[in-house]
Amino acid sequence: MTEIGWIGAALTGARPRALGALLRYFRDLDTAEEAFQEACLRALRLWPVKGPPRDPAAWLVMVGRNAALDQVRRQSKTERFTDDAEFEDSEDPEAALVEGLDGAHYQDDVLRLLFICCHPDLPATQQIALALRIVSGLTVREIARAFLVGERAMEQRITRAKRRIAEGDLPFGTPSQDERDQRLAAVAAMVYLLFNEGYAASGGDAHIRLPLCEEAIRLARLLLRLFPADPEIMGLLALLLLQHSRALARLDADGTIVLLEDQDRALWDRAMIAEGLVLIDKAVRHRRRGPYQLQAATAALHARAARPEDTDWAEIGQLYAALERLQPSPVITLNRAVAVAKVDGPEAALALIEPLAEPLAGYFHFFGVRGALLSQLGRTDEARQAFDRAIALAHTPAEAAHIRQHLDRLMKNGRPT
Amino acid sequence: MLYAILCYHDEAKVDAWTREEDEAVLAKRALVTDELEAAGRLGPSMRLMSTPSATSVRSGTEPMVIDGPFAETKEQLLGLYVVDCASQADAVEIARRLGRDETGGFEIRPLKLYKPGAIKA
Repeated sequence: MTEIGWIGAALTGARPRALGALLRYFRDLDTAEEAFQEACLRALRLWPVKGPPRDPAAWLVMVGRNAALDQVRRQSKTERFTDDAEFEDSEDPEAALVEGLDGAHYQDDVLRLLFICCHPDLPATQQIALALRIVSGLTVREIARAFLVGERAMEQRITRAKRRIAEGDLPFGTPSQDERDQRLAAVAAMVYLLFNEGYAASGGDAHIRLPLCEEAIRLARLLLRLFPADPEIMGLLALLLLQHSRALARLDADGTIVLLEDQDRALWDRAMIAEGLVLIDKAVRHRRRGPYQLQAATAALHARAARPEDTDWAEIGQLYAALERLQPSPVITLNRAVAVAKVDGPEAALALIEPLAEPLAGYFHFFGVRGALLSQLGRTDEARQAFDRAIALAHTPAEAAHIRQHLDRLMKNGRPT
Repeated sequence: MLYAILCYHDEAKVDAWTREEDEAVLAKRALVTDELEAAGRLGPSMRLMSTPSATSVRSGTEPMVIDGPFAETKEQLLGLYVVDCASQADAVEIARRLGRDETGGFEIRPLKLYKPGAIKA
């Protein structure tokens, strides 16, 4: 790694904490971002000469604060926080700095920074784009590329989202425990959406969008470091790691989706799986099941199976049933039906999804699953209708190509596949 | 005399490395460790998963389990065991047994890399 590379990694790592503290101090996102930007410029100039500080976040907060206050002071006569030059030259500046920074604020600062991106008025994609810009520090160009839109369009989207945030009341008070829990839940949901934005990518755009998954994992790690005893955050990180462990096996050379049972399991990332399993183990000890833990536990059962036929489908069915009780949703029932088909056969599964026809009338996967079940039962004509419907609803060429494979097999032998 | 060399780094930074940057660091280190291993001078080396995967067990008559890394700064690292465990609960149970009726504590860190090295006991 080059020197600039090391400094870049340090700045990226320090960003949420430093920007979070600056936001608390200035209570204005633009001012905080400008202050952070200025501090980064100084870091790039000073760190190669003086060596990196022991606590980069504390350094960036102090220098950023002073830089922004200098600006203000030119207009009014505000006192400087400390002398910048003196600070930069002193023997052990960080020790003094860390004392100056209120450590107790750290957790709430970072959570606030993430939380303001989850403004309920903002559509999910804008929340994610904003988090990538503000918390992760990705450039507009990088975000635009990941979302497959033009840079200008993304710029406008982010500007609009920021304006919306500035118009509202930013939550600067110290949150109550209830508020903190609510914020954490909103932020966790946003991180999960961010991951799915990358995970749902397919075909030619997969390699472009994979970094979204990696960024989501980094944010989930950040959350768990802030809230080390929260079993749902353990579950969230475990879920993301276990899903992401299959990234290389999910698409073939042509960009077609490879189903879980057809994937080359040698391509699964064992280190990610190991970490995911450890986190689930840790979460279980709390005996407070939640949706992320249940989904992670399901992903873990797949990860643990050396071959598809080793998969514990009965247990997966039970986990989906538990998830259904926590969060009733036709999509979860559909997933349970897949497990039921493996344990009790296609007939039972078909009966289970029959009532879903209405709520999932526009859902690609419903018709994919229905078509597969019907074709297993030898009901070829009905299966073909379901697959046709699925193709009409496919969002990506990879989804459509996958269903077409089903159809081809159906046409060729007219037998169950 | 055998020496343990402990690795320290800022996790937030290491998390921000790309896979290529991570591999570059390991490759750079391998230049040193390969040479030591060839000379029979390298013992076990390991890489820990990051602290979100950590659990701590505080010793006592009823050892207490805490999520996260060991936070007591007035205590020093005095040794370590590497144990093959069926689960995290298994590791916690072993730490409880080790520390029963003692003060101090244990930090349980899953390994993401383990190499036995060349030194014989």
